[in-house]
Amino acid sequence: MIDSLVDITLLTLLVIHAFAIVYLRNLFAIIMLFGSFSFLSAGLFVVMDAVDVAFTEAAVGAGISTVLMLGTLALTYRRDEEKQEKQPAHKPWLPLFVVSITGAMLIYGTSDIPDFGDPQAPSQLHVGPYYLEKSLPETGVPNVVTAVLASYRGFDTLGEVTVIFTAGIAVMLLIGGRRRSTRDDAKAGDDHET
Amino acid sequence: MKHNLILRVVSKFLIPLIFLFALYVQFHGDFGPGGGFQAGVIFSAGLILYALVFGVKTAKQIIPPFILRCLASLGVLIYAGTGVAGLLLGGNYLEYGVLGSTQVAGQHLGILIIELGVGITVMSVMLIIFFAFAERGQPE
Repeated sequence: MIDSLVDITLLTLLVIHAFAIVYLRNLFAIIMLFGSFSFLSAGLFVVMDAVDVAFTEAAVGAGISTVLMLGTLALTYRRDEEKQEKQPAHKPWLPLFVVSITGAMLIYGTSDIPDFGDPQAPSQLHVGPYYLEKSLPETGVPNVVTAVLASYRGFDTLGEVTVIFTAGIAVMLLIGGRRRSTRDDAKAGDDHET
Repeated sequence: MKHNLILRVVSKFLIPLIFLFALYVQFHGDFGPGGGFQAGVIFSAGLILYALVFGVKTAKQIIPPFILRCLASLGVLIYAGTGVAGLLLGGNYLEYGVLGSTQVAGQHLGILIIELGVGITVMSVMLIIFFAFAERGQPE
């Protein structure tokens, strides 16, 4: 009873956030709404007992990515009025049509999905029971998520860490290091040309 | 934000707690929610808070970019090296059972070490990205 009440509240707030993000033109406000959208999703994950996922969502989605988006905003606008998103030049009817059709298909698709927490669902019958039964005697780690991530799926996690490392290298290569005063250079170049 | 007294005082209280919580999440990930990834993000969030309040330059004096780059590589090295250590001890790559005296002890040790590697890499990469963004905005 309480669970479904919390679910309904959180999902309603998520929908309100989504509409506000689409409707607003102030990019700063939109970034803040993205942050609180992530935080609400984290709450939803907690209700679904996926605390590890909720933890990540709250730390990365609501924390770090908000900071990075604000950093991007600070880098990309020059005057204050550019913080406002420009009015779109096209009519919204075609995108709205595509989105509605896709959404309707997705909702139709959920009718075939097994119920939430259904013990007979295919995902619960594959390797899930093995991990739940054997992870504690085999690894001695009570948190099954950690046991699966670090031990049974150690190769995947190694790949993920490498991806993060690569992302860091890519950012360093693209925008790391000192900024050459490009504007002054460009001005000087223009002067020479003229 | 250098002159905002309230922010400075409050963040001085908060930052040690954030670091402590990050370490708790890191080393308690076997028993509760969390692990290397979350801990790395929380730890870097503490340092980003410091950089926001006290300035990026001051933060860079605490963790110079060179050390951050070394740490980012070190984390991946620890993770991959744990796998190689397993190979040398006669197991498969990333098989932790051979690291300890018993299967369970080895698994526990292996998971702890690779989570540490994940945490170090995530922490330093997040800071590298943040510093890259923050430094780019400041004309030199």
